[in-house]
Amino acid sequence: MTSEELKAETSEGLQELQERDETDPVALAIEEGSPFRPPEGPMLDLGDIDVEFGEDETMIINMGPQHPSTHGVLRIMMELEGETVLRSKPVIGYLHTGMEKTGEELTYVQGATNVTRMDYLSPLHNELVFSLAAEALLHIEIPPRATWIRMLMTELNRISSHVLWMATNGMDLASTSMMIYGFRDREMILSFFEKTTGLRMNHDYIRPGGVAADLPDGWEDDVMSIIETIPGRVDEYDEMLTGQPIFKHRTEGVGIISPELAIAMSATGPILRASGVAWDLRRAMPYLAYGDVDFDVIVGTVGDVFDRYAVRLNEIRESCKIVRQCVEKMPLGDYRAQDKKVTPPPRARIDESMEALIHHFKIFTRGFEVPPGEVYTAIESPRGELGCYLVADGSNKPYRMHIRAPSFVNLQSLPPLLRGGLIADAVAVISSVDPVMGEVDR
Amino acid sequence: MAAVGASAAELAGLSETSSIGASGQEVLHVTRERYLEVAGALRDAGFEMCADLCGVDYLRHLDRPLPEGVTPERFEIVVNLLSLEIHQRVRLRVQVPDSDPVVPTLFNLYPGTENMEREAFDLYGVCFEGHPDHTRILMPDDWEGHPLRKDYSVGRVPVQFKQAPGPR
Repeated sequence: MTSEELKAETSEGLQELQERDETDPVALAIEEGSPFRPPEGPMLDLGDIDVEFGEDETMIINMGPQHPSTHGVLRIMMELEGETVLRSKPVIGYLHTGMEKTGEELTYVQGATNVTRMDYLSPLHNELVFSLAAEALLHIEIPPRATWIRMLMTELNRISSHVLWMATNGMDLASTSMMIYGFRDREMILSFFEKTTGLRMNHDYIRPGGVAADLPDGWEDDVMSIIETIPGRVDEYDEMLTGQPIFKHRTEGVGIISPELAIAMSATGPILRASGVAWDLRRAMPYLAYGDVDFDVIVGTVGDVFDRYAVRLNEIRESCKIVRQCVEKMPLGDYRAQDKKVTPPPRARIDESMEALIHHFKIFTRGFEVPPGEVYTAIESPRGELGCYLVADGSNKPYRMHIRAPSFVNLQSLPPLLRGGLIADAVAVISSVDPVMGEVDR
Repeated sequence: MAAVGASAAELAGLSETSSIGASGQEVLHVTRERYLEVAGALRDAGFEMCADLCGVDYLRHLDRPLPEGVTPERFEIVVNLLSLEIHQRVRLRVQVPDSDPVVPTLFNLYPGTENMEREAFDLYGVCFEGHPDHTRILMPDDWEGHPLRKDYSVGRVPVQFKQAPGPR
């Protein structure tokens, strides 16, 4: 209906109906359930109260925290009328382990080990944002090779995270072959990570001052074999899902979010881009060396589940492009800053020099002091803007370490996304937001 | 269209002056009374996204250096606003005293602060006046205390060492 028709005059005068997108975001947020808080106490026994139950009664149910399609311990309270979701509210905190408090008890050297456990699907991004924040306070420059290694590793991590999202999304939408394929491809990248960092996850590879180790011998061949395999596989998934009628029916037009609402809800990452806002921190506020590589920012048009799928699918291709350029442009040189204050001496020196041993011991036990100050750094993680607010007071531990977790913020857009949809679509919508509960609860 | 290179305070026509910290980022110290007004002016000036909101407890640094005219208090609410148009960030720092830890909510300007303000309330005990769902978010509803405060102990799990006296 056009706005002219909406404002048509009736027998009762001019009907000034506003179009949906003219509603104030705050009014919409309130209407769609942001402040909605269903009672959590024990249920009343229906026999105790004297009420008539009509056919238009609504029902409040919990989806999760043990529901397999909520990607962890996410619980969503939903008010239903029949099978239609009226209001909903994500309830979180089941995985809260106080990692920000822990971060204040650990030195800057240990800090990366802590933050890497937050978003367990893209650990290298967490390490990167923490290291960038610490380096900004320390005012140290890291050598170009370290920058490019960081870019290479985080882009590979983005591919693995998106591929895993394709897998779990496929599983939620009953495409189990996608799940098997996704996990297979992710494994390829994880084995490269294992070769480079020693671990498949929770690497502690990117540290303040550079990276923990240089790339292993023959890394070019490994990386090239990954980025020569992945685009072909992505084409296969594209063929398998994009045109498939069942997948299209379950995703197209489901969970639509407008760009205005996405911005008002502080949503970032694929949710914001799928709604048509070309906002990618790699392009908008380049960090590392993203200004020197060529890639496209993928933008959707409708903002539904299908667009978020398409954005992620094509971001895998773009990441492959970036990785290829990293391999071509990888400079030679040092992989960590040669700043005696933050960098431990080379392993070989420890055997021959007492001072080197003391220096090594000092850095790994006491750490290094960071001058007082506060800084906020943000990078584009696979889920959106990953920020780190660091307050230093001149000691060897952060006075305050706050991680702005993209999933935590993006979860707020669930109520407007779910509103008015079917409960079966809720599974597709939750999956398309891609929450990682480790990061939500921290 | 705003001039690129101007500070956020200039763009929004504010009386407060922003300082560029050692890290090269723009910081704006605002009082509690001017908090909503400043945030509203910044939103109208194009800072349309509230990227982040968090609390800080400065219990151990009550005498920290701050720009002239700003009285240091125990708590600080730190708000990061982002302009998608001119690719600029600005950080608001609001001093909140321990005796009366209340600030107005930003929910009416930025609905996206809902979760973040609940988190700041949960972990620091700073109340947000007018927040539509002012409850705990990460900790259980019946939890006592606010864990990220500096006077909240970290807690530890007792470790049983060999040959140490046992519990019996």
